[in-house]
Amino acid sequence: MAALEARDLVCVRGERVVFAGLGFRLQSGEALTLVGANGSGKSSLLRLLAGLLRAADGELLWNDNAVAADIDGYRRRLRYVGHLDPVKPVLSVRENLEFWARLQGAGTGLVEDALARFGLDGLADVPGRLLSAGQRRRLNLARLIAGMPAPAPLWLLDEPTSGLDAASVATLEALLAFHREAGGLVVVATHTAIDLPGSAALDLGAFGYDGLDDDPDEAGEAEPPPASASPAQPEGEAGPEAEPGAGGAG
Amino acid sequence: MSPLLAILRRDLRLALRHGADTLVVVMFFILTVALFPFGIGPEPQFLALVAPGVIWVMALLAALLSTERLFQTDYEDGGLDLILLSPAPLELIVLAKCAAHWLTTGVPLILAAPILALLLGLPAPGFGGLVLAMALGTPTLTLVGAIGASLVLGARRGGVLVSLLVLPLYIPVLIFGVAAVNGAVDGAKTGPYLMILGGLLLMALVLAPWASGAALRQAAE
Repeated sequence: MAALEARDLVCVRGERVVFAGLGFRLQSGEALTLVGANGSGKSSLLRLLAGLLRAADGELLWNDNAVAADIDGYRRRLRYVGHLDPVKPVLSVRENLEFWARLQGAGTGLVEDALARFGLDGLADVPGRLLSAGQRRRLNLARLIAGMPAPAPLWLLDEPTSGLDAASVATLEALLAFHREAGGLVVVATHTAIDLPGSAALDLGAFGYDGLDDDPDEAGEAEPPPASASPAQPEGEAGPEAEPGAGGAG
Repeated sequence: MSPLLAILRRDLRLALRHGADTLVVVMFFILTVALFPFGIGPEPQFLALVAPGVIWVMALLAALLSTERLFQTDYEDGGLDLILLSPAPLELIVLAKCAAHWLTTGVPLILAAPILALLLGLPAPGFGGLVLAMALGTPTLTLVGAIGASLVLGARRGGVLVSLLVLPLYIPVLIFGVAAVNGAVDGAKTGPYLMILGGLLLMALVLAPWASGAALRQAAE
């Protein structure tokens, strides 16, 4: 049973507070959909959860232990798919995927399976430069399941469906459902509808205060309690500019 | 296979398939050195006199030419995030990347140096000193260049900035590298100079991955 918990996270980018007082708790098998307008900090939150970005304040806990205390162990447990697809143009599809698996300290025994899962098995020997945007995306997503021995429990996905065709979106949805059944955790930032049954929605617009009419102190004090992952719209009275959001939960 | 070996292997493979990159560095080295006899005249004694300095300065510039792209493509395609998320220590990953870079640009420079020394008529006793000094000096150039390359990630016109940052740091290598060759030509002792070059290399081996790693973490933020 794994659990990821964020407490009172504050993210500052270029002296601007992107969001503050953000908290949630995510258990094995649960999914969190990040919604909010452009610039509301969805990608920043994902990078923060991945440990690529430092939070200005707040705490991140894995199984109730501070992530900072065991950052290497935490990194082994997560897979991050950003909005860029790091595909080397001169390496073949298989070489690209094998490299990522090894970089994560994992074996390459599942690489072929992962390629087949995303319909890339016919392209395994094709150099990356010949892939279309959607194929590059699929290759990037294949990384999630390419590592041996077991896939990492925590998946952080930034707009995973961008550039994907309907069939690939269905593949991804099936994969996410399978991952959650196996006890995995999923955090997805998305604008498009993605079928994540029973996922909680976190509207980042509710935690931001970039307007002049919004008193920072007031917003800082309005600390919402950690959201349990329920399909309900999360707490968020602090944001007058709270976007209606895409209502991500399916 | 460990993540470090994976990085080393991938970067070597990338350099091999982008063969032109290595070729450009070596051709730059050869062509610029070959320009000197045209610029300062074909007087053999004079060319032999300036040969160590000319070869070393051009080796510095050639090394600089290639360091800029050490982290650039990984930064642009998002691969840097994955490198930062690897369980392997970032400092060792930087070392692995530097090793691959040195093997694909430093070693070709070392191999080209004696040919250029011949071209400029460097006296025969100097050849051994030149190769030894280059073998000890070029890894330092790569390591110091890695600091600059990681610091300018995300900056506009990063290539020019790298030169400004890194060239001053190359001066000790230049001084002792040339001194080692001159020592060998004069039949004097080259040992002390080579030892200082070795010392600089050891220092760079310790400090550069650490500094470069810190800069890479910053670049990802």
